[in-house]
Amino acid sequence: MKLKQLSLFLENKPGALGAPMRVLAAAGLNITTMSLADTQDFGILRLIVREWEKALALLQQNGFVVNVTDVIAIEVSDKPGGLAEILTPIENSGINVEYMYAFTLKKGDKGVLVFRFDNPDRALTVLKQHKINVVGQIELFKRVGKTDG
Amino acid sequence: MDERGLAPRDLQSLEDIAKLPFSFKSDLRDMYPFGLLASPMSEVVRLHASSGTTGKPNVVAYTASDIAVWTNAMERCFAACGVHRGDIIQNAYGYGLFTGGLGAHYGAESIGATVIPISGGNTQRQIMVMKDFGVTVICCTPSYFVHLIEEAARMGVDLKELPLRAGIFGAEPWTENMRQRIQAESGIKAYDIYGLSEIVGPGVAMECHCQCGPHILEDYFYPEIVDPATGEVLGEGAEGELVLTTLCKQAMPMIRYRTRDITALTSERCECGRTLRRIKRISRRCDDMFIIRGVNVYPSQIEAALLRVEGTLPHYQIILTKNKGLDEMEVRIEVTSDVFSDTIGAMESLQQKISHSIETTVGIRANVRLVSPRSIQRSEGKAKRVIDQRNL
Repeated sequence: MKLKQLSLFLENKPGALGAPMRVLAAAGLNITTMSLADTQDFGILRLIVREWEKALALLQQNGFVVNVTDVIAIEVSDKPGGLAEILTPIENSGINVEYMYAFTLKKGDKGVLVFRFDNPDRALTVLKQHKINVVGQIELFKRVGKTDG
Repeated sequence: MDERGLAPRDLQSLEDIAKLPFSFKSDLRDMYPFGLLASPMSEVVRLHASSGTTGKPNVVAYTASDIAVWTNAMERCFAACGVHRGDIIQNAYGYGLFTGGLGAHYGAESIGATVIPISGGNTQRQIMVMKDFGVTVICCTPSYFVHLIEEAARMGVDLKELPLRAGIFGAEPWTENMRQRIQAESGIKAYDIYGLSEIVGPGVAMECHCQCGPHILEDYFYPEIVDPATGEVLGEGAEGELVLTTLCKQAMPMIRYRTRDITALTSERCECGRTLRRIKRISRRCDDMFIIRGVNVYPSQIEAALLRVEGTLPHYQIILTKNKGLDEMEVRIEVTSDVFSDTIGAMESLQQKISHSIETTVGIRANVRLVSPRSIQRSEGKAKRVIDQRNL
């Protein structure tokens, strides 16, 4: 149920973001969703790509520092309190959210958020206990549709 | 001496010293801490230390007689540039294991001047004391004095209106341009003092009022200039590595110590009347040591600090710059997947760990900058580890 996220180290300077994008573009790999965290000196680019193994190999061949991180995609009601509802059991279990970002896709009145937990396996257990819908890789890319890579 | 077939009787004149083998900084490291002591510890009254090429410092020791020699050397250094009883000396060299502070202190007191043992740092207090105490002479590194000039201007203090008339500047290489700038901007005379802890500390050589290169105190320290590659002794005026032999030291005498400083010796007559030979201003070294804020730093120390944090040695580069007259050190480190994390917190904590490790190893704060892999230029053969942009 976990998703593989690619994390890239980028220097905080002009052109740093474009370089890995061009590598993926040349290989026809689409980015399903992404987030960029920045500091004064450097940034960390996080990518969800369907063919993540291919993307990983390509980026590494091109000299990027890339790590693979387990993240969890969770279905969230697109209404006030939707996110709070999910976070309550997570917080009660002492699990920390390192960061999160959203998918652009939406189905009905549900959005999908990507969570990086400090302990993904425990988070999965807690989510299951509370019957919160976790979106797996297959289901996720099915929703994204055929346009993606 | 046996290896070279030398007996004590073979040493008849000073030139015979050239028959003896060299000693190196690595000898101090190998014999750490007290292996080079030539006196029993009960005769040693003082220990100092300077940074070594690895994590351990190089220890130097002094008997009471050594302290007397050092004090006398420093008295003569002060006298050479006209410092005397009645002067108020602000000693902004660091006090502590570094030889600068106490070396200048003893000489200044002994000459009868009034010493303010203010040590380094706290620039605003330095300027307040300089102004309020009527300081006439300052001792510090030349780069720190440039910083003082700038800070004084910011505080609205005009150094030219103060009684300050001379600066004894050393512990790092500087240039004639820097001297001209200091003199023009502060209205004082800037004198170059040379020394190194392995030999005694400050007081090995000092400029006279003619400001034409430091006179070596040859009666205490015997100088030679050698080819840094072959070790061959070079003649008058030739540029090479300065090699020093202590003639009067007891606790830790040095024979033909390779200073790694590049200079030339001249016996040309100096207008001050001293017949002591002079060395040319030292502006470079024949190893990769650099001096930042008066502290000797070797890239190998930075490497040791990086290794401690990362486990393996990353590609790195040291960039030295000046900011408002003060030396700054930036260490650029290429990120590898071994240390890379997807969270900002982990990466910032890595930066802090590296910065802390460097500071505890060399005693100087470094700005740690994480950079992309292969972004540091690879040169053919030996990597260029240090980029000095300080425009000496």
